Amino acid sequence: MANATATTIEGPAGPKPKRAFSSTNIIIYSTLFVVCLYYLLPLYVMIMTSLKGMPEIRLGNIFGPPVEVTFEPWVKAWAEACTGINCDGLSRGFSNSIWILVPSVFLSIAIASVNGYALANWRFKGSEVFFTILIFGAFIPYQVMIYPIVILLRESGDGITNVMQFFYEDAPRFRLMGSLSGLVIVHTIFGMPILTLLFRNYFTSVPEDLFKAARVDGAKFWGIYFRIMLPMSLPIFVVAMILQVTGIWNDFLFGVIYTKPETYPMTVQLNNIVNSVQGVKEYNVNMAATLLTGLVPLIIYFASGKLFVRGIAAGAVKG
Amino acid sequence: MTNTNPSVEIKQLDLSFGRVEVLKNLNLEIARGEFLVLLGSSGCGKSTLLNCIAGLLDVTGGQIFINDKNVTWAEPSDRGIGMVFQSYALYPQMTVEGNMSFGLKNAGMAKDEIKRRVNKAAAVLQLEPLLARKPSALSGGQRQRVAIGRALVRDVDVFLFDEPLSNLDAKLRTDLRVEIKRLHQQLQNTMIYVTHDQVEAMTLADRIAIMKDGIIQQLDDPNTIYAKPRNKYVADFIGSPAMNFFKGDIKGGSFSSPEVKIDLKGYETVDGTMPDTNAWLGIRPEHILSGDNAKDCSFVGEAKIEIVDPMGSDTLVWASLAGQSIRVRAEGQSTLKVGETLKIGFNADKLSIFDTATELRV
Repeated sequence: MANATATTIEGPAGPKPKRAFSSTNIIIYSTLFVVCLYYLLPLYVMIMTSLKGMPEIRLGNIFGPPVEVTFEPWVKAWAEACTGINCDGLSRGFSNSIWILVPSVFLSIAIASVNGYALANWRFKGSEVFFTILIFGAFIPYQVMIYPIVILLRESGDGITNVMQFFYEDAPRFRLMGSLSGLVIVHTIFGMPILTLLFRNYFTSVPEDLFKAARVDGAKFWGIYFRIMLPMSLPIFVVAMILQVTGIWNDFLFGVIYTKPETYPMTVQLNNIVNSVQGVKEYNVNMAATLLTGLVPLIIYFASGKLFVRGIAAGAVKG
Repeated sequence: MTNTNPSVEIKQLDLSFGRVEVLKNLNLEIARGEFLVLLGSSGCGKSTLLNCIAGLLDVTGGQIFINDKNVTWAEPSDRGIGMVFQSYALYPQMTVEGNMSFGLKNAGMAKDEIKRRVNKAAAVLQLEPLLARKPSALSGGQRQRVAIGRALVRDVDVFLFDEPLSNLDAKLRTDLRVEIKRLHQQLQNTMIYVTHDQVEAMTLADRIAIMKDGIIQQLDDPNTIYAKPRNKYVADFIGSPAMNFFKGDIKGGSFSSPEVKIDLKGYETVDGTMPDTNAWLGIRPEHILSGDNAKDCSFVGEAKIEIVDPMGSDTLVWASLAGQSIRVRAEGQSTLKVGETLKIGFNADKLSIFDTATELRV
């Protein structure tokens, strides 16, 4: 073995030096800067406009900051703006959207995660076919299903009414069409294909030995789900939650079709405020209303950003 | 080995995935307290057999008895087995204690009894300081000890090991192998151990079952398997480096091939007679004597040394005997050089002879 003595060494040695201003870096950062500007500028304009009064807006300087900051447009958008016959602003739509969002997200994730778990770990005869059919559902255009679902909701609502009236004559008419519960069912069903795929792929990546060990330890279907799989799968639940919250919150089509004016979700109300053709266009109110509507998904993204990235990566790296 | 009261008994077991038959009419009896190793290359069905015994796979046909109870349709947890997996399969969100008590909690056992058993198992496996840790804070060897502990607390009669040491580095593997052997001597449980590592098989087993294509090729104690392999596959599989083979034919009690001519006097045949047939002649590298030791052998020849592998305890020599490459195990501190001629020889009593047509031992 060569005897290593400390002598002067020539050529590259030690860590490779890094240059802060290489041409690659300049290109990368300037590109990123332009992209940032592209996405942030509209937001900037919206915030600034929403804080101005109408006289100031009429001056036309949309990039300038407000001379006189006012929160009046925000208050108006939230509590006073008129949508059709109601004049109580977005607040009604907000609470409607929450009533739609929470049960839909909870139900769809609960059902889809059990689906995915069963399809990944408890293979049964025909489970692959079942899965294929479910995934195929994701590719059918929504428009095709709109009217059939209208009929389905109406008829099943009447069906439930009939059953209830059979037992109890004075039972009130139960409606699925045009009610929040109907919309919750629609959202839950439409979330199923993509969420089941998400959960199945995640649970497939969990080592099979773990599942076997739990079976040897005497855990059953639900025991393994709640005690082993669920605690291991927080990231994928966060991903599913973000997907569903943004998807359902931003939904317009189902909201406008399967509800009625009193139960319109926030997005539909926003549209009605912004697109109303009567009177003066109140740009500041419109901007404030839009920002208010976008706030929920935004908060969700910021609050769970790290977990979201981890969940997305977990699906790809593990296994 | 006939046993009136076997611990595990497998009768005419079949298992197929769709069209692929993995296990075919497999019969196996494992005595109480026996350490049985299922050995084979990957895809031979050894892990599948273990999963069938554990109840993790539904069998296509046949029966499995554990402690004289037909458990063919029983749930894994009701079979009285504990299982240790190659990937440890520890529950990542639970502590060591939680991992070990999970099965007992599922069985609805009283809290103080769970605590007593966990502590006992932890003492046996020297896991006491680690009980509050999560698996992610353990080394590979510690993780596998926890996995063994998880099987231990269940206080079962049959332990199943599915390649438990394959994920560990060489040194740890040796340590844990000894630990498993000690554990077996201490507990006297029945253990069924799947591995592809023949060193593990030879050192741990009371009996080894060598499997190929879902069929047990030979079931015997390690010495018999090593000295008297029943067919050419077993002979080739067991032993590292592998046995040397010469293809030739037997006539009038002596074997001749282009490389080797030897009188077979002293060779014990299976049925007492030596047939005239085409045959494989097998000789283990350590049974080939070299240098001066070779001169009184029934066969003496000269081989040209091609590669020398010094291993410390012995030296492995790859040489060419009349054009065919052979492996010879020579003594440790030898001074053999590549290109030299080595005098080699062997005797008939150490040979293994197989019929070329059936590949069975003659």
